[in-house]
Amino acid sequence: MGKLSFSRKSLGIPYALFLALFVVAPLVVLLYYGFTNGQGQFTLANLTGFFTNPNTLGTLCYSFAVSVTTTGACLLLAYPTAYILAKSKIRAKSVVLMIFIMPMWINFSLRITALKEILTLIEGNLAFYPFANAVIGMTYDFLPFMILPIYNTLVKLDESLLEAARDLGANETEAFFKVTLPLSVPGIVSGVAMVFLPAMTNYVVLDMLYNSTYIMGSLIGSYFAAYNWHGGSMIALILLAIICLFTLFTKGMEEENNPRGGALL
Amino acid sequence: MEQKENIIELRHITKTFEDGFHAVSDFNLEVKRGEFVTFLGPSGCGKTTTLRMIAGFDIPTEGEILLNGKPITKLPPNKRPINTVFQRYALFPHMNIFENIAFGLKQKKVPDHVIEKKVKKVLELVDLEGFEKRRVSTLSGGQQQRVAIARAVVNEPEILLLDEPLGALDLKMRKEMQLELKAMHKELGITFIYVTHDQEEALTMSDKIVVMSEGKTQQIGTPEDIYNEPKNAFVADFIGESNIFNGIMTGRLKARFCGGEFACVDDVEEGTHITAVVRPEDVILTAPEDGTIRGVVTSVIFKGMHYEIAVESGKNEMVVQSVKAAKPGELVGMKVDPDNIHIMIAEDHTNIFAVEINKSHRLEYNGTVLDTSLTKIIRGSRRSEDGTLLDAAGEEIDPRRIRVIAAIGPGDIKLTDHQDEGLVQGYISNLIYKGDHYSYVIHTDMGQDFVVNDEYLWNMDDQVGLIMPVEKMTFSVKR
Repeated sequence: MGKLSFSRKSLGIPYALFLALFVVAPLVVLLYYGFTNGQGQFTLANLTGFFTNPNTLGTLCYSFAVSVTTTGACLLLAYPTAYILAKSKIRAKSVVLMIFIMPMWINFSLRITALKEILTLIEGNLAFYPFANAVIGMTYDFLPFMILPIYNTLVKLDESLLEAARDLGANETEAFFKVTLPLSVPGIVSGVAMVFLPAMTNYVVLDMLYNSTYIMGSLIGSYFAAYNWHGGSMIALILLAIICLFTLFTKGMEEENNPRGGALL
Repeated sequence: MEQKENIIELRHITKTFEDGFHAVSDFNLEVKRGEFVTFLGPSGCGKTTTLRMIAGFDIPTEGEILLNGKPITKLPPNKRPINTVFQRYALFPHMNIFENIAFGLKQKKVPDHVIEKKVKKVLELVDLEGFEKRRVSTLSGGQQQRVAIARAVVNEPEILLLDEPLGALDLKMRKEMQLELKAMHKELGITFIYVTHDQEEALTMSDKIVVMSEGKTQQIGTPEDIYNEPKNAFVADFIGESNIFNGIMTGRLKARFCGGEFACVDDVEEGTHITAVVRPEDVILTAPEDGTIRGVVTSVIFKGMHYEIAVESGKNEMVVQSVKAAKPGELVGMKVDPDNIHIMIAEDHTNIFAVEINKSHRLEYNGTVLDTSLTKIIRGSRRSEDGTLLDAAGEEIDPRRIRVIAAIGPGDIKLTDHQDEGLVQGYISNLIYKGDHYSYVIHTDMGQDFVVNDEYLWNMDDQVGLIMPVEKMTFSVKR
């Protein structure tokens, strides 16, 4: 027995090592740089600097606006798609679903380059509509991540619940808003988490669509490129804090609405 | 009892699904206000489909549904003063108990203080006081069941539909809920339409039972009627246990079946082919010399309240329930009180007989393999590579758990002198001249009596073979 528990414990060692090396250590380094100045002394200047600099604050707001718009656009496109797909009686549902998923398999930069060409064709110059281009690019990129979790909650929805609502006097629209929509909230929450968070820090899409100056990801990049590791680390930490808060918030929502367990893929 | 008006009428209702399956055909029913009506039948008999058409979830292919004399056939479910208790409750998981029960009232825009009062009252009715704030997932199956009933009843529907509401509960809970539902029905005075496959449940609770099979009504009547005077062999077999025999009337109030001549109370014309039904509890075991028929005990099973004894008499088997034990191998006599023999006129004289599924999963009768496909007979089944039978879900079918019943018309059987050519052999035990043909009763070596129409004259006690072409047989499956 003693031998067994020893071997079991030792199975965890590589995992702990991995965590220590790639999660804990970078975090410690990040914290160290974030709260020190060039001389290695403790300071809060980086933190206060972020919130007093209109440039960084503006970028945060801009990033936030892009993420929210992207998430909203994804949700508006994904929900009806997932709903129609889940309710349809066609047999090859998984094939149709696959059509929505398949773009994810194609090389990412190829897709964005193609999109760039199309947008240039329509807009003339990408610089005219930087915000719209950012949203279009990311919506295109993240849409499957919204469709999948919503589709998953909708197909699992018990048809008899809708019949019960109809039986109790609700018409089809009321039944949708009182039963289907509230019961698909876990899927929406997972979808939002899977779109909003990456959208907040995404950098490549924006960079390729000529709109790299205002986004959080590129802001961090520019600090590090200018060898301001302390300022860059602090922005990364602030972003981390925002993401943590958001995750906690959506987790709470999910548990509230689906006490039997989450709907994340 | 005063004559009450019909609350709901179903006229010539037929439902055919997109895949061509006839779930219900030409279903007619009248339900009086305040009645407790039960649809009873094996699974797949169309009882749930009928209920769904009353609720409005399914629209009949043909026919009309009238509520208080007005047609509601195509009215959507939310426009009908009818509420349903679903088989698996269908409670809303994102709402607490109060919100679940209040759903229908809120839909009707009932003021909040009235809703609160009504929900409180209905929770008292189902014995769940103080459960308002609980979540659905924290409730046991029985409690969820009560909430489902409360949610439907609180709307004061004209008709309450219950779709096997007790199916998911354990036996003790089920018995309790049966009595409670019955009491609730009395207290509320609402018309209940109840669906079940459990005959005991139907007999305990209902004012009126509709026995259904394969989408058709077999019999409508009070529980007593249905139990004591089953209209046909299906009802007799489905409601309680029965011994069913083919036979013939041999004189006034005299019937011959199971190798004996019994006195009966049904006045049926001599020479009429009949189906006789005897309940196991109505067979009286006697000394061999005192019985109408004699037989040898083949098995004795103790059932708590009684012994279930199988007796072989000639080639017939009679199941007897007796408080006294018997020994296997013992010779006993059997008699039946004339009042307890139920005679049904076998109108079409169709010969119905059980066929076996042999080890290689083929149909067999009297040692001869019938050249027919079992997969066509058992709906949705197929054969695996090694020849075993699989059902629609891919599970192996246990041939011991299903019975295949074959039917063949009297005109489809040919008599022959060459006995070996026949599927089964026997002697002519009765013959009647029917104008253009003779109607014979052949007592076969298998113990079964067959009715055969033949234009040629044979004599009493002639030994004959019965040629029964497989393509003329129809098969049905009982589980």
